[in-house]
Amino acid sequence: MSEILVVVDHTDGAIRTTTAELLTCARRLGEPSAVFFGAEADVTPGQLAEYGATKVYVLDDDAYRDCLVAPKAEALAHLVAGRRPAAVLIPSTSEGKEVAARLAIKTDSGLVTDASDVVRGDDGAVHTTQSVFGGAFTTTASITKGTPIVTLKPNSLTPENADAAAPIEVETVDVAVSDAARAARIISREPREDIGRPDLADASIVVSGGRGTGGDFDAVEAFADCLGAAVGASRAAVDAGWYPHAFQVGQTGVTVSPQLYVASGISGAIQHIAGMRSSKTVVAVNKDAEAPIFGLADFGVVGDLRAVLVQATTEIDNRRAAGA
Amino acid sequence: MNIVVCVKYVPAAADRTFSAVDNTVDRADVDGMLCELDEHAVEEALRITEADGGEVTVVTVGPEEAADAIARGLRMGAHRGVHIVDDALHGSDAAATSLVLAAAVRKTGYDIVLCGMASTDGGMGVVPAMLAERLGVPQLTLASQVTVEGGTVTIRRESSTATEHIEASGPLVLSVTDRSNEPRYPSFKGIMAAKKKPVETWSLADLGIASEVGLEAAGTTVSAFAARPARTGGQIVSDEGEGGARLAEYLVAQKLV
Ligand SMILES: Cc1cc2nc3c(=O)[nH]c(=O)nc-3n(C[C@H](O)[C@H](O)[C@H](O)COP(=O)(O)OP(=O)(O)OC[C@H]3O[C@@H](n4cnc5c(N)ncnc54)[C@H](O)[C@@H]3O)c2cc1C
Ligand SMILES: Cc1cc2nc3c(=O)[nH]c(=O)nc-3n(C[C@H](O)[C@H](O)[C@H](O)COP(=O)(O)OP(=O)(O)OC[C@H]3O[C@@H](n4cnc5c(N)ncnc54)[C@H](O)[C@@H]3O)c2cc1C
Repeated sequence: MSEILVVVDHTDGAIRTTTAELLTCARRLGEPSAVFFGAEADVTPGQLAEYGATKVYVLDDDAYRDCLVAPKAEALAHLVAGRRPAAVLIPSTSEGKEVAARLAIKTDSGLVTDASDVVRGDDGAVHTTQSVFGGAFTTTASITKGTPIVTLKPNSLTPENADAAAPIEVETVDVAVSDAARAARIISREPREDIGRPDLADASIVVSGGRGTGGDFDAVEAFADCLGAAVGASRAAVDAGWYPHAFQVGQTGVTVSPQLYVASGISGAIQHIAGMRSSKTVVAVNKDAEAPIFGLADFGVVGDLRAVLVQATTEIDNRRAAGA
Repeated sequence: MNIVVCVKYVPAAADRTFSAVDNTVDRADVDGMLCELDEHAVEEALRITEADGGEVTVVTVGPEEAADAIARGLRMGAHRGVHIVDDALHGSDAAATSLVLAAAVRKTGYDIVLCGMASTDGGMGVVPAMLAERLGVPQLTLASQVTVEGGTVTIRRESSTATEHIEASGPLVLSVTDRSNEPRYPSFKGIMAAKKKPVETWSLADLGIASEVGLEAAGTTVSAFAARPARTGGQIVSDEGEGGARLAEYLVAQKLV
């Protein structure tokens, strides 16, 4: 079967959900081989095998951590040239997309970014589904040139364990990173504070607050914690300095596609919707019955967000207490 | 410091749709504009040259109407414009666009090539990285802050996991986010001055590009498009003191809690 390269997204060796999604997706196209950048590979092979990877290429060089994008693209081009995989799947993070971009040029290949689905067509080509124009349209495309390169959006599919996890072969790959690829040097890195909530990009529930919070996110955060959700914010809330930019949902922030998205005090501007349109269920709380966000809500409450969220939090807590 | 800013002409958000003929973006009879995110790139270029000297050139690859995007950049304060227009460009993919832009900035010469974070139509966010790859120069992308000191550029980049400071020496490709600055509005003086600024129009032949662009050469083919159906059956209730409880009830019924 043809080999599919899957770039592993991990935190200190622990694979992220997106990696499990990518491996699950890769199994439809062929036989997945994981590509692991970093020194902590010894903790991951088992996790990768669980989702069907039969091989993992381990690449460890300071450059992958200390330089921007280019070294990883170079290493992947080396693997593509040597293994001739049938496709390369990469997580749709900003870094992932830029690695994919450079790889597409190096290998003269077609590239689709932010895909929500990838399949092999009857014609043998790789076919993708994308949500475009802020989620207003869905397109399907086929990749017709070189080694198809796809970046896949988080939460696009449910990870499935492989039937029988075969033993995984670990291969250490040594590629000399060129001086040119080391030209953009990361001189400092401050990791984001762990705030004890799920990551926004791949959370299964997101509760967001907008200008309607008036700057007070307490009710939003309490409701999020009650649901085990990530907290998001509109650009208006971020621009006002009420919430950090890392939590902005939308065209120029994070794109989310959770099971449940709760928009509170958010009007539903086209650029906000662009970042949450593919959520499975949308709930809106807004005091203006005419707010556009209600147009895409499965459930909406016209009212003051603080009153509604506080009551909903108490109600859910009470039900849980009664059920326990 | 001479800076070339790549600006894209995009359909206004409300008018974005596809052509039924070949599944490409419909750019005929739609209102277009300079991509709002590219205004941040123009602004950054103006700030750098205002501090350190040098000239700003705005470059666009796009149809006749894309001249509007150049005009906007000139009114903001850029010194000259280059418009690459050629019928053979129709349907180009990101790789082809970067090929044309790379040839164009080689021809104009540059210390920095400045881009926006992503276009507001295709929105792939890949052209700056592709350009750096093709030009063989360092890539400093998605900057929320830019500092130029001598020949060294330092940016702040906010990823999902960390805030990083990244440094490189020119010539290089730089892209800025909407957090980097507040784009200026053209002044009356700027609007008047723009009328006299030089704009060159180049064809693919002027850039020595014979093939590799356009719909035929694209590495991806859009096979179908469909407008996302409107959500129907949404239930909207008015809070009469029990809105929160009804929300909780809904979430329980949907097995979301
Ligand atoms: C190029 C570009 C990129 C952009 N990118 C993004 C992006 O990534 N993300 C993003 O979010 N925006 C983005 N925007 C901005 C976007 O256009 C909107 O301005 C923004 O989303 C508005 O945020 P909001 O809904 O919180 O504020 P508003 O539009 O002001 O809406 C506030 C809402 O709160 C409601 N409200 C007020 N008080 C209460 C209350 N007590 N209880 C309940 N409801 C209340 C109001 O009825 C109103 O509907 C972008 C804009 C541009 C031009
Ligand atoms: C809905 C849609 C989906 C698409 N899907 C794909 C796909 O999957 N694969 C593919 O290869 N192509 C795709 N394309 C085509 C691609 O968007 C265009 O080729 C485009 O020229 C480059 O990509 P972008 O607009 O996404 O630019 P981005 O990479 O988002 O642009 C980043 C920056 O590059 C500069 N820039 C981009 N385009 C130009 C330009 N024409 N002139 C000057 N500067 C520019 C600007 O500074 C801009 O801010 C798609 C287009 C659309 C509209």
